[in-house]
Amino acid sequence: MSVAVKYHTVIIGAGMSGLAAGIRLAYYEKPVCLLERHTTIGGLNSFYRLRGRNYDVGLHAVTNYAPPGTRTGPLAKLLKQLRLRWDDFDLAPQNGSSVVFPGHRIAFDNDFASFVDDVCRQFPQQADRFRRLVAHIGQFDETSLTQPQTSARNVLGEYLGDLTLIDMLLCPLMFYGSATPHDMDFSQFCIMFKSIFQQGFARPLKGVRQILKALTRHYKELGGQLKLRHGVRQIKTDGSRAIGVILDDGREIEAEHVLSSAGLVETYSLLPPHLREGEAPAERQPRPASNLCNGSAEASPSQVKISPGEVSFNEAIFVLDCQPHKLGHDETIVFYNDADRFHYEPPADPLDLRSGIICSPNNFRYADGAQLDEGFVRVTALANPDFWMSLPDEEYVDAKAAWGRRMAEAAVRHIPDFREHIIDTDIFTPRTIKRFTGHPNGAVYGAPHKVLDGTTAIDNLYLCGTDQGFLGIIGAMLSGITMANNHLLR
Amino acid sequence: MAPPDIRQVVLDILERIAPDEDLSDLDDSSPFREQMELDSMDFLDIVMELRKQYRIQIPEDEYEQLISMDSTVNYLIPKLADTPAAV
Repeated sequence: MSVAVKYHTVIIGAGMSGLAAGIRLAYYEKPVCLLERHTTIGGLNSFYRLRGRNYDVGLHAVTNYAPPGTRTGPLAKLLKQLRLRWDDFDLAPQNGSSVVFPGHRIAFDNDFASFVDDVCRQFPQQADRFRRLVAHIGQFDETSLTQPQTSARNVLGEYLGDLTLIDMLLCPLMFYGSATPHDMDFSQFCIMFKSIFQQGFARPLKGVRQILKALTRHYKELGGQLKLRHGVRQIKTDGSRAIGVILDDGREIEAEHVLSSAGLVETYSLLPPHLREGEAPAERQPRPASNLCNGSAEASPSQVKISPGEVSFNEAIFVLDCQPHKLGHDETIVFYNDADRFHYEPPADPLDLRSGIICSPNNFRYADGAQLDEGFVRVTALANPDFWMSLPDEEYVDAKAAWGRRMAEAAVRHIPDFREHIIDTDIFTPRTIKRFTGHPNGAVYGAPHKVLDGTTAIDNLYLCGTDQGFLGIIGAMLSGITMANNHLLR
Repeated sequence: MAPPDIRQVVLDILERIAPDEDLSDLDDSSPFREQMELDSMDFLDIVMELRKQYRIQIPEDEYEQLISMDSTVNYLIPKLADTPAAV
């Protein structure tokens, strides 16, 4: 017979946000237990071994880069809050990235002034307007938990008079964080603008492993419990209060608080049936951009139509027999779009090859000239979740491979042809994401509606992670920290 | 605990919260915020570290007492009077 342990908090999901929240709680001596359904940590940002090679999934680059010794900004705040040292993440800055559209190329590295100058050179007519927009973004408090949702396209349209420039600014930010098709919330736009253009990209030599292992080691040293292969089937309630969880195998764990990184819809679906009034309908709800302004950030989820999100991707990871540099490719990330306008939405086709992301994890300035043993090119494109979910098993593998070849074909319009150098390929689809994260539709960035204050209709049940709404890897960790501070450590 | 011990307690906490700050020139009479990068999250951490290490409860409306080293030490004198200094 097992002894009933009562935790201060159980956290659902051992991804970036759950681990960060866990560290805060464990540091302040709260009995805390992290429950992860899968055999490994990380959730959306994880790693695996396949045919003798290490792969990363999720993380292309850590955003919000700041050099060692920086005392301000999200990365410094995060390290302080977690009592980690800068070296624990071992971040190496990017070589440089670009946004490439027909007739225009905007380059950026981790020097914000040169990015602003490049935009002004590419769009001289828009230069003054763009600088005014930058000033507006600079003074905008995107960390406030009470910002109303506003359409980024509307705000950009007030400042800028060039649709191509608006699309080019949105392209990398949407690809790296927008749960909303066509548009994004302006507060989220500011988070992403600052984290990508202003602060920039970096990566640990060992990839996402480095970060996840630093977090896990620290969490365990502080006395936190981590239980893998412990899926949560239901959140236990007493009246309108969460009191613990029931595991997939029927065992129960008692806790004073439950913090869920499972997602908004996913968390509601874990409640006993009579408390699920906020649950999303079975079919996906199309959410036109105009809906962005309707739900206020503070509205409780039961008062708004919540949908699980539908923006998902395929990613092909190509392993090369040489470094990309040998082929003349030094750029870290290329965000490309070949169409007149940038279409950020689930495509009608299995994949939308008009736009995409080309990332090479080799192309960072690793300390002491260190380098990955093999070359990698990762190509990411918007995917149609229904197509990949409903494909019969016997066709799935072939479809992945065939579309993988088309992704490479699209990529080599923008970087040197690497196809003859491919020695192995692995591909994920929305189906893979659903399998490992539990997000319906394989929605990478979760629900279009974010709950910034992390509260739910249930007492002592809080959200953290993607659907709370701080974006990116650093954002995910800050989400866990902020929710732990605001709701669990007061 | 005598005031110099309490000052050391606070210094240790600041070092923990902001390991990259040089605290050797700290001016005890002027606000921490003017001398270091501390935001509201960090102030909450000072409060929580005191609670964790010395079981001191500081109500939210008294957080403002923690503005500078001098005011923090003065505020903590009665609360740490019966606590022996660390060896």
